[in-house]
Amino acid sequence: MTRDELTAFVAEHVPDMKVGTNKQFPECIVNAEQINPLAKVLKENPSTKMDYLFCETAADRKDGFHMVYHLTSSVHAHCLMLKVILTDKVNPVIPTVSNVWHAAEFYEREIFDLFGIRFENHPNLKRIFLEDDWIGYPLRKDYKDDFILER
Amino acid sequence: MDYDDFNDNKELEELQKSGSSVMLSTLEALQNWGRSNSVWPLTFATSCCGIEMMATGGARHDFARFGIEVYRASPRQADVIVVAGTIVKKMAPVLKRLYDQMADPKYVIAMGACAVSGGPFYYNSYSVIRGVDQVIPVDVYIPGCPPRPEALLYGVMQLQRKIKARSTTKEPKAEAPVEDVKATEETILPTQTPTP
Repeated sequence: MTRDELTAFVAEHVPDMKVGTNKQFPECIVNAEQINPLAKVLKENPSTKMDYLFCETAADRKDGFHMVYHLTSSVHAHCLMLKVILTDKVNPVIPTVSNVWHAAEFYEREIFDLFGIRFENHPNLKRIFLEDDWIGYPLRKDYKDDFILER
Repeated sequence: MDYDDFNDNKELEELQKSGSSVMLSTLEALQNWGRSNSVWPLTFATSCCGIEMMATGGARHDFARFGIEVYRASPRQADVIVVAGTIVKKMAPVLKRLYDQMADPKYVIAMGACAVSGGPFYYNSYSVIRGVDQVIPVDVYIPGCPPRPEALLYGVMQLQRKIKARSTTKEPKAEAPVEDVKATEETILPTQTPTP
């Protein structure tokens, strides 16, 4: 599918989605509660067949945490980027997609560890990189500790 | 080091010149000669400097010309640990243990900006140790990001020079960094009290 076809496909299932401005991938901004059903559709629908979540990450922006999902299909060789903006910067929560793509399990553990975003229904949400006694979420922009030298 | 300082084989040359087969030297000089010409590095690399170190070991630059030859996979058999790459808080205790497991005499080369000072991660990093000398005592620092193989070879030659200058028969002077290392290890490594 082409860029426009992909965004149109997402718009069919999630009417209130917005199209982003990413140049490399077609970008769709959706709401947190829509991500899990949308992920299922994108994976299972024979015309999209997004069977590979090749990147899931987060970014700390002024308007909230951006959850970013990069999908691709090994059948159709097309890519799609989904974005969810979590405006709650203190206690962000989003449903997991690890029931759709198993790879998301580790991505989400990493995001939980470094950004403190909690994933609902994740099977094993615990630290993956940091020590068990770590306090705070180091990739948040407002993170501070005694070790860090700021400039 | 100046080019003219590299006269390692002065004795050999004189032997050849005079046609003699007897040479007088000190035991110390002989020991140092042996030590400095078989410094075996530990197979240890944590990032891109490691690739450069491997290139130095390859045929084009050929580490082995200087006797710093066989990469040992065990710290028990290694003489020098080339810290090639970024050391993070989680890696620091591992590095310290590797260093402790090496048999004396042991040497440390800090290769690249990260190992020297934390380099590009000096500021705004929650995890990178600012210089490997906060964990283990360092003999030779090689700046660069990453240093070219020539720089590593130069650093190795400086280390060999350092080994030759050291006395093997006299009681070595107490090395100051050891105490400091213990102190810094306690103060820097487990400092883990970020604001909640």
